[in-house]
Amino acid sequence: MTSPATACPVTIRIQEDDFDIAHEIAILTRSRTDIGAVVSFSGICRADEDSAKISALTLEHYPGMAEEEIGRHVSEATARWPLNGVTVIHRVGRFMPGQNIVLVLTASQHRQAAFQAAEFLMDYLKTSAPFWKKEESEAGTGWVEAQTRDDEAAARWTKS
Amino acid sequence: MKVKYFAWVRERVGKAEETIEPPASVRTVEELIAWLSGQSEAYAYAFEKPKVIRTAIDHAHVKPDTAIAGAREIAFFPPMTGG
Repeated sequence: MTSPATACPVTIRIQEDDFDIAHEIAILTRSRTDIGAVVSFSGICRADEDSAKISALTLEHYPGMAEEEIGRHVSEATARWPLNGVTVIHRVGRFMPGQNIVLVLTASQHRQAAFQAAEFLMDYLKTSAPFWKKEESEAGTGWVEAQTRDDEAAARWTKS
Repeated sequence: MKVKYFAWVRERVGKAEETIEPPASVRTVEELIAWLSGQSEAYAYAFEKPKVIRTAIDHAHVKPDTAIAGAREIAFFPPMTGG
């Protein structure tokens, strides 16, 4: 008996347009019988940040480097876990509360690898992919400051 | 070499990108930041806290003591806040 195919197609997109999670999962799992688990994480624009009401969020990125940086971490994820597919979509532009910002899909034969790889990718997306958020609130407009807790979350994946 | 600025660094410098020719004595990322800071008040304001500034050479993150020789594109930006 031959073992099932373990190809790992990777999709990385940076776009202004919205995404449809169900549609992206369908693309990832279409014609596949080796995938037993898909984990999806979607990041959504919140209406409040530290008690300030957010009316809009603008995402800026470094074209070229953003795709490459995500690609480097997807490669690391596929080397660390037995993944059967990865999709990362990050939106740029101006968003209202409730709108989608980011999607990470990880597919594997079993759930543990998919969960861990999705967390790993999100932790690195937040701390090393060149994207910046600007908030519009009642207090005015300002760039979001990087959070120490995000650096700490990313640091736990560093091999000792 | 081509230099790009993002987020509040871009706003403070007042432009998204430019081509610069620093003197040969400017060898590292931190020396380039110091040299740019001396060019005008806008650069001095953008780089007033050099430790906060992140740098990428040809799309890869680098440390302040990294040599800039051979760089095609250097980018300066604040800590990332995507996701």
